[in-house]
Amino acid sequence: MSTLSALPVTDQSALAIEGFDAPEHRLAGTGLAGLAETTLPREKRLEAMRVGELGSIHSWELSTAVDGPGTRLVVFLAGCPLRCLYCQNPDTLRMRDGQAVSAEDLLALVRRYRPVLAATGGGLTLSGGEVLMQPVFAARILAGAQAMGVHTAIDTSGFLGTACTEEMLANTDLVLLDVKSGIESTYTRVTGRALGPTLDFGRRVVAAGVELWIRFVLVPELTDAAENVEPVAAYAATLSTVTRVEVLPFHQMGRDKWATLGRPYALGDTSPPAPELTERVREQFRAHGLVTH
Amino acid sequence: MTTTTSAPAGLIPPSEDPWRGFIPGSWMATVDVHDFIVCNYSPYEGDAQFLCGPTDKTTRLWNTLERQYLAHERRLRVYDVDTTTPADIDAFGVGYISEDDDVVVGLQTDVPLKRAMMPNGGWRMVETAISEAGHEHDPRIKEIFTTYRKTHNDAVFDIYTPRVTAARSAHLITGLPDAYGRGRIIGDYRRVALYGVDALIVDKERMKDAVAGQDFSEDWARYREEHSEQIKALRALIRMGARYGFDIARPAADAREAVQWTYLAYLAAIKSQDGAAMSIGRLSAFLDVYIARDLAAGALTETQAQELIDALVIKLRIVRFLRTKAYDQIFSGDPYWATWTDAGLGADGRTMVTRTSLRLLQSLRNLGPAPEPNITILWDEALPETFKDLCAAISVQTSSIQYVSDEHVRDHWGDDAAIACCVSPMRTGKQMQFFGARMNIAKTLLYAINGGRDEMTGSQVVEGFDPICSDEPLDYEQVWAAFDAMLTWVAQTYVEALNIIHYSHDKYAYEAIEMALHDSEIVRTLGCGIAGLSIVADSLSAIKYATVTPVRDDTGLVVDFTTEGTFPVYGNDDDRADEIAQLVVSTVMDRIRALPRYRNAVPTQSVLTITSNVVYGRATGSFPSGHRKGTPFSPGANPENGMDTHGMVASMLSVAKLDYADALDGISLTNTIMPSSLGHTERERVRNLVGILDAGFGSGLFHANINVLNRATLEDAMADPESYPNLTVRVSGYAVNFVKLTREQQLDVLSRTFHSSSWGPP
Ligand code: SF4
Repeated sequence: MSTLSALPVTDQSALAIEGFDAPEHRLAGTGLAGLAETTLPREKRLEAMRVGELGSIHSWELSTAVDGPGTRLVVFLAGCPLRCLYCQNPDTLRMRDGQAVSAEDLLALVRRYRPVLAATGGGLTLSGGEVLMQPVFAARILAGAQAMGVHTAIDTSGFLGTACTEEMLANTDLVLLDVKSGIESTYTRVTGRALGPTLDFGRRVVAAGVELWIRFVLVPELTDAAENVEPVAAYAATLSTVTRVEVLPFHQMGRDKWATLGRPYALGDTSPPAPELTERVREQFRAHGLVTH
Repeated sequence: MTTTTSAPAGLIPPSEDPWRGFIPGSWMATVDVHDFIVCNYSPYEGDAQFLCGPTDKTTRLWNTLERQYLAHERRLRVYDVDTTTPADIDAFGVGYISEDDDVVVGLQTDVPLKRAMMPNGGWRMVETAISEAGHEHDPRIKEIFTTYRKTHNDAVFDIYTPRVTAARSAHLITGLPDAYGRGRIIGDYRRVALYGVDALIVDKERMKDAVAGQDFSEDWARYREEHSEQIKALRALIRMGARYGFDIARPAADAREAVQWTYLAYLAAIKSQDGAAMSIGRLSAFLDVYIARDLAAGALTETQAQELIDALVIKLRIVRFLRTKAYDQIFSGDPYWATWTDAGLGADGRTMVTRTSLRLLQSLRNLGPAPEPNITILWDEALPETFKDLCAAISVQTSSIQYVSDEHVRDHWGDDAAIACCVSPMRTGKQMQFFGARMNIAKTLLYAINGGRDEMTGSQVVEGFDPICSDEPLDYEQVWAAFDAMLTWVAQTYVEALNIIHYSHDKYAYEAIEMALHDSEIVRTLGCGIAGLSIVADSLSAIKYATVTPVRDDTGLVVDFTTEGTFPVYGNDDDRADEIAQLVVSTVMDRIRALPRYRNAVPTQSVLTITSNVVYGRATGSFPSGHRKGTPFSPGANPENGMDTHGMVASMLSVAKLDYADALDGISLTNTIMPSSLGHTERERVRNLVGILDAGFGSGLFHANINVLNRATLEDAMADPESYPNLTVRVSGYAVNFVKLTREQQLDVLSRTFHSSSWGPP
């Protein structure tokens, strides 16, 4: 973990991330509709993934108003180094559970939706899982999309921020940074990882002059303590390119997926936050002068 | 037969000059409302600041209506029925909601919400409806309509063939207008205001006699007879107007009269016909010309202008027909589709949005939302941004608007077309439709596999087709060939039924007043419909891309399927599945085109189910796609409920691929999106919805019915209907009060895809 956060910014050995793996599965009927899958042998696939010609993708959708402005082509990349207790996409956590899709095909999908994305003031969002698990592939997609004039965003926990090159940042119009907790110990409890890399990455995004949205998932009795929210708000307030904060109330829409995967789910009995609680937390952010929804 | 269209003698305005200040044009010489509008209307691109709230009179009137009538009706289902007066244009005396506060007058009967019987369509339906409403029918009236006067329904069953009755009772063909009025005819009610009824009578007499010298033929005789019926109806319209104290023989002289005259013309239609859809047409730009003239002259204030539009809208909210409970299964929520079409662009590129378009939308705020009139916005990216924002804001707040592609409508039907019913476009006053309900193409697929045996009953309904007997996985080519053959049989049977119905309807329940407000030579379309598109597309996709094995009962009947592997699904912008849907729609159209049609009607197709998706589903078996026996079909051209997993826009793009040229009667998509999935702030939600509509229509989509709702709201409304009397949901090309739906239909609405964001509130 610590070795990861100490990686030099441009070091491609970030690809040695544990879990970087070629997908095993064939294209499912839903999720990747319209994208061709790749049938290269595993060794070739892994090689193509290292150079970013191939990515492991869970699914895509056209969604509105959640992962950036307008209607967006949101691509969920497979693989994540975190293990958030509330993860709503536990089926995206392992890269080998995704499906191999070539950069060329994914960019063709972006091209197909360019008119729609333009009409709605939207763009492309790479989400996951964790987009920075596949930094070379992601960089290639972002560069290609931006070259087409499509607004680009990444949705990341920032934990693998060092894997994001300056060039990749330059090809990103908006970073949605999930700051899952303000207290180190709570962060680790929630995600199984350290908080530092996320905070470092946020500062780098600011230094690069890229717009930032800070997202905070509010889970009753896990992340809702005022002392836990406060440092997140204070941190966000130091980041000059932050244009909004989104407080996302925890929900149980991922519960079935945990059950299907047969993995233990710690939050089975947790309720969504009461509206008053959500409002209190939003106010905490607003008190720092942050535009908060 | 040829007729000429030179200037009628009667189109000269009376001395007070109702046409003062209007820009002259060919509309002065011939009946041509479209030309009048193009010459005179003022496009409006500004904001909504000028709009006014309700007057005291409006509020009082609406409250009276709500307290004394609507609240009772919600409890009783039917407020009251007149059982002694067969309806007609001038059958009833006058009636008011409130004599003091009615700004626009005229009721269908003598009391608001009291329903009239219209037995020309058929006696049985009337008798059932009367008894279901808790009343006794009048034996004298029954005697007349069962002994002396033949009805539309009698005639249809005299002519029906064995295959029609077989397909009808097997639910291969459902909802045929053989016992109720066909509707989907929009009289050009504006003509009465612009020209006055006298001039229209003179015109019709002239057209009738224009053929007097020609040889006898049945067409010729029918033409002359229909004109006589139209002229009699116009005379009855004058009498009806006179009872309310208006001389509508002459043109309307000001805005107040223009609204009143137009409404009286529409009222004559709904007094004499209970067509399934009684749409009012495209009024805003027309009425705006009169309102603008009066405003400029200081004869009217903006407050009064709004009061007029509000008053008209109130009248359109209380249209009622006597219906049976069985009818409610197909068209639930008591709709009558007083569809009011608005906006769009003119052929010259100017927007047809006027200040009165905004006044119409304002009525939803002044009176609160309601399903009727079914406000239909012809959308184009080039509409004024302020207007687009206003529409989207109303959709976000109340879900009470639907949208149709202006480009498709304008390209095919011109810039004075209006929508009848849900999605059926027609040139106003120049075109009518023979409405056709729909055939169940999902069931047709199962019949193809079972060689004409019904999958629910096992009985042999269609003869002469071989079943697919092998127990090997189904072969796509073989199934397609069998489907096409069975589809051809069903289409033949269906079009045969429609020909019989419309022949009989013209003969025994002719819409004289509506047709009097049409040109003498018109275009007729035969609107054929299909139900079950998504099931057929997904099932064929499963057969093609996965492994589908039939499951048989001990008589060899295929009653289910096992599907192994995955397959592309319609509604996810996946070309592989969407191309199958396209192929199905174009094949249906080809089969219909090949058939003979009553009055040489132009064949068209609609992919629209109204709310019959529930009854169709109940009568249909299980499918390779995973669709289960007895469960509701998704509505219209919608993807299968819950199977469009790539977001609302992807689902729109799939539906947009269906070629409008194959389905000129309309392709209906009903979407539900949660408010939180449109954005955090009101402004964001509005702009995002505008973007989605621009994107969808820009991609070729024909229709979008947009609900912005939370599932929880609907669940609350089911549990506590009294608290949600005005909760409006769009079901399939129209809106209903959610609490008026049957429980089964409410559950159907809840089972549909709610497009949500992953991190939206739970
Ligand atoms: S970072 Fe996101 S994808 Fe990864 S475990 Fe956490 S919630 Fe799940």
